[in-house]
Amino acid sequence: MKKRFILFCTVALMAIAMLVTGCGGSSDNANEGTPGAGKAENILVWGRGGDSVGLDPSMITDGESGKVTINVFDTLVEYEPDNTAVQAALATDWEVSEDGTVWTFNLREGVKFHDGTDFNAEAVVINVERWMNKDHPLNNGECKYWSYMFNGYAPDSIVTKVEATGDYQVQFSLKEPFAPFIQNLAMFPFAIASPAALEEYGSDFFKNPVGTGPFKFVEWIQDDKVTLVKNEEYWGEVAKIDTLVFRSIPDNSARFLELQAGTIDMMDGVNPDDVAAAKANEQFQMILRPSMNVGYLALNTEKEPLGNKQVRQAINMAINKQAIIDAFFAGLAKPAKNPLPPSLWGYNDDIVPYEYNPEQAKALLAEAGYPDGFKTTVWAMPVPRPYMPQGQKVAEAIQADLAAVGIEAEIVSYEWGIYLEKAENGEHDMILLGWTGDNGDPDNFIYALLDKDNAVKGSSNNYAFYKSDQVHDLLIKAQREMDQDKRSDLYKQAQVIIHEDAPWVPLDHSTDPLVLMKYVKGYMPHPTGIEKVNTVSVQ
Amino acid sequence: MLSYIIKRILMIIPVIIGVSILSFLLIHLVPGDPARMMLGERATPKQLVELRETLGLNDPLYVQYGRFVEKAVQGDLGSSVRSKMPVFEEMGNKLPATLELTLFALTIAVLLGGLAGVVSAVKPYSIFDNLSMGLALFGVSIPVFWLGLMLIWIFGVHLHMLPPSGRLTVGVELQTITNLYILDSLLTGNWKAFKDALSHIIMPAVALSTIPMAMIARVTRSSMLEVLGQDYIRTAWAKGLPGRLVIFRHAFKNAFLPVLTVIGLQFGYLLGGAVMTEEIFSWPGVGRWLFVAISARDFPIVQGGILMVALLFVTINLIVDILYTYVDPRIRLD
Amino acid sequence: MTPQGTTASGEVAVKLNEYVSRGPWVEGFLRLLRHKTALVGLIIVGILLFTALLAPLLAPYDPITQDLPNRLQAPSSEHLFGTDAHGRDILSRIIHGTRISIQIGIIAVGISLIFGTFLGAVSGYYGGKLDLVVMRAIDIVMAFPYILLAIAITAMLGPGLTNAMIAIGLVGIPIYARVIRGVVLSVKEMEYIDAAKVSGCSNFRIIFRHVLPNCMAPLVVQATLGVGTAILDAAGLGFLGLGAQPPHPEWGIMLNQGKEVMSIAPWVIMFPGAAILLVVLGFNLLGDGLRDALDPRLKDS
Repeated sequence: MKKRFILFCTVALMAIAMLVTGCGGSSDNANEGTPGAGKAENILVWGRGGDSVGLDPSMITDGESGKVTINVFDTLVEYEPDNTAVQAALATDWEVSEDGTVWTFNLREGVKFHDGTDFNAEAVVINVERWMNKDHPLNNGECKYWSYMFNGYAPDSIVTKVEATGDYQVQFSLKEPFAPFIQNLAMFPFAIASPAALEEYGSDFFKNPVGTGPFKFVEWIQDDKVTLVKNEEYWGEVAKIDTLVFRSIPDNSARFLELQAGTIDMMDGVNPDDVAAAKANEQFQMILRPSMNVGYLALNTEKEPLGNKQVRQAINMAINKQAIIDAFFAGLAKPAKNPLPPSLWGYNDDIVPYEYNPEQAKALLAEAGYPDGFKTTVWAMPVPRPYMPQGQKVAEAIQADLAAVGIEAEIVSYEWGIYLEKAENGEHDMILLGWTGDNGDPDNFIYALLDKDNAVKGSSNNYAFYKSDQVHDLLIKAQREMDQDKRSDLYKQAQVIIHEDAPWVPLDHSTDPLVLMKYVKGYMPHPTGIEKVNTVSVQ
Repeated sequence: MLSYIIKRILMIIPVIIGVSILSFLLIHLVPGDPARMMLGERATPKQLVELRETLGLNDPLYVQYGRFVEKAVQGDLGSSVRSKMPVFEEMGNKLPATLELTLFALTIAVLLGGLAGVVSAVKPYSIFDNLSMGLALFGVSIPVFWLGLMLIWIFGVHLHMLPPSGRLTVGVELQTITNLYILDSLLTGNWKAFKDALSHIIMPAVALSTIPMAMIARVTRSSMLEVLGQDYIRTAWAKGLPGRLVIFRHAFKNAFLPVLTVIGLQFGYLLGGAVMTEEIFSWPGVGRWLFVAISARDFPIVQGGILMVALLFVTINLIVDILYTYVDPRIRLD
Repeated sequence: MTPQGTTASGEVAVKLNEYVSRGPWVEGFLRLLRHKTALVGLIIVGILLFTALLAPLLAPYDPITQDLPNRLQAPSSEHLFGTDAHGRDILSRIIHGTRISIQIGIIAVGISLIFGTFLGAVSGYYGGKLDLVVMRAIDIVMAFPYILLAIAITAMLGPGLTNAMIAIGLVGIPIYARVIRGVVLSVKEMEYIDAAKVSGCSNFRIIFRHVLPNCMAPLVVQATLGVGTAILDAAGLGFLGLGAQPPHPEWGIMLNQGKEVMSIAPWVIMFPGAAILLVVLGFNLLGDGLRDALDPRLKDS
């Protein structure tokens, strides 16, 4: 009797075990990612580290949002697929007046927004006015990039007026000549949204984006995925894939596991420790994104004792960049000495970097009046970024380096959105951040990140709150100057001053690896970190 | 019977009121201005004023609470700061995932834990008893998040048998009816989606089932031991009734009451408390949703979501208590 | 609501020894030593205390000093448990982590114990409306998922070990209050309490001199089990990034940091997790053993 009971239990347990293992085996069928075989569905699933903040391109500044919106929207002009030279997009051609203050664009005719309304000069004017004016009624937030790139909002902005001079012609009037104008206008935030949809959705436009791009928006499930489908009526090359899905999988290694399981087709933000495994896997291909970025530790000059230049220089000497890069970038990065990446013109290679020297750092701290160091905080981003895939771990290494010279730093972290907001408000002491170039112009690094114009609490992009009049004068001069050699020289001078003042510890210029299934073809990573994927196929 | 149920329902009214007060206070008693915390001390005073206005933070606490309750009763718990979606709607989107995971985990726990408990009680101090009670102790001691990671490491990384996260592979088509994917795939006869959904749910469900399984095993054992020692069971044995019949018909039926309590309690807790498991396996459920909302300081979600989770818990307990009256009529006498 | 805690091992015995003297404690201890599983628990807890006390002497390396070139070394004779992503010796970190665990155990359980005992004793002793209010309040708190409440409190107070301990302590109060109330209810019906009342003792004195000492057995059991639960929960908060902050060698945050590299360096998560399991298991075994030992009536039930 009892034996029979035990038998019964055993059978029951076995049945359950079989159910479990049976399902395990079946999941192999779901993974159709055999090399070279292609996929049954014409869909590209892109695994990424963070969710988008919003899908209204003009209201966002982060790459995770931008890599979605660039596929839904078009700009007047855009970058060539593998570099930052400007080419025609929604504008077919353009010219600048002799004094450099009036830009005229001829627009592409016959283009329709995804909601069926027409793209024309009027739509462009509405969009530009929305960017220019901080409190425009169609804004749900503000177009921060406009302020960063065009010297503030109206009436301070360098752009004074935009008007339709025909059904398919618009004209921008500038206060003064502005060298990076056309380069800036190709950036993803200056994308043309459907005015009808802006009206219709109002403050919900950020989750109902309507543009003219190669993909139409379908749905966005927060913290999960964004789904787009191809736009058959696209004016350019119609997408080869039917559906494009961006899945947020915050954990680097979990995302890599998904790729191995075949549930996603490509991923960025590869954990440096997984790079070797990715290279070894025959199902995968690894593509390196051309490097145009910088990862840095900004020292908030408005917080004591970081206001002291000697302290900032000492911190620069205390941090062992090479060791950090070896450990947390899989060697796929170069140590930085300037805010500019070396691939950009204007990079000052004559700068001699601060040498890693804890002894000298200590001496300098003592000289500055802090022989016993001090207490402070290091903020670390909670999500992997292309310029720093392992921010938390880098922060811990920095914490140990600082401890070695007597500086006791606590690591602080917030959810990514809050992190940026608090940083914009200058609540941090030292903060890890980085920047991927948007347009290939040095102005986009030095002016955007270190000019006093951008050290405004609440919308700062200059997280060191570094306010140097000297640097400001040089940068403004460079903006007005149309000759590239002269501009390059001005930027080099600015870098000398910045190096001396040390508002940052420039850490790295990383090469972000992307790992894709072999069947993903035609993928061309852009140096700006975001690209249209209409040319990609998965068959 | 009916009067007992009515009485029981009346009894939870003060609890519901208290729960609503606590969810409300959770945010409002925290030092600092919620508007400021939400905006991250943003510079423009205008935005602060606007947000305080929309959230009604200028009114005295009791007025705010009154408004909160008034709206909540009408099904309006406010909208998420981040997604601008009504909290109620978002909860509705997340609940099925959690419900599915919880039901699956509890099924595993009841089957295995119950079985282990019964067998242990039938043969106390046997090897099986010692082994399963030892395992039960491991079950309550093991960190779920660690178990989850180890499962991923074994079945995801090494054996490539199970997908490490999510509910369904992107691209697998499934027509949703109840939003419980396993049920939906069965209802629509979608075998491919069924296998896919099942392969996704196994690891998180196993991780989640450890604590309830261990508790069910222990409670079943002690409850069964008590019943098996009673006269009528001895009589049944003596009458020569088949062992299985005695154990399941007579003994287990009567030993089931405490087990039901554990199941009810665990069900309630898992619905909102499966944070770790959902986080590790990126399971898009209520726990992870609330955790993200807490970290992002999305206060309407924290307030409304936690309230709803607590109400669910209270309701489930009510249902369990009412079920008692069917299982054990003596309860009615109270 | 059904009066049942969510402690690690289900409900706790709230029944009372019928007669009380020093005898049962000594006898209980002897019984504990005879109880095999409890002995194992006692040994584990003993090792934990010993390790925490002598951590700097036992640990082969400094738990915080980084050695980036030697990161992610597999276990070897040099590093028995290997090294983590910053080249720190995992064994040394686990050894030093015992101190944090003890700290969590004492502070979190201390908070629950003090407030829980007070609430439970007052509520049970005075009874009536006060009791009703306190019990309803406890029902209310217990309607919230325990871990979610702890997460919410920690997040609102700000991440950190201290706040995590406070949060865990706070959400644990209702369980202790219930246990104590149950015992107090039965103790206060005892004749000697009536005797004390008649002889003119103040209520305060009766609670502290006569009632509470008789609640010691279930309290000790509950607290022992509670330490295990508190360590587990603190590790969970650490794992979510809300508890101890780097570079503290707390086990939960070690798991958090290790999960990124677990596919290439599984030892980084294996050992800290095993340490948590072992310690929590130790406290659970000891707690269960104590229950059997101090409350003979529950033995073999």
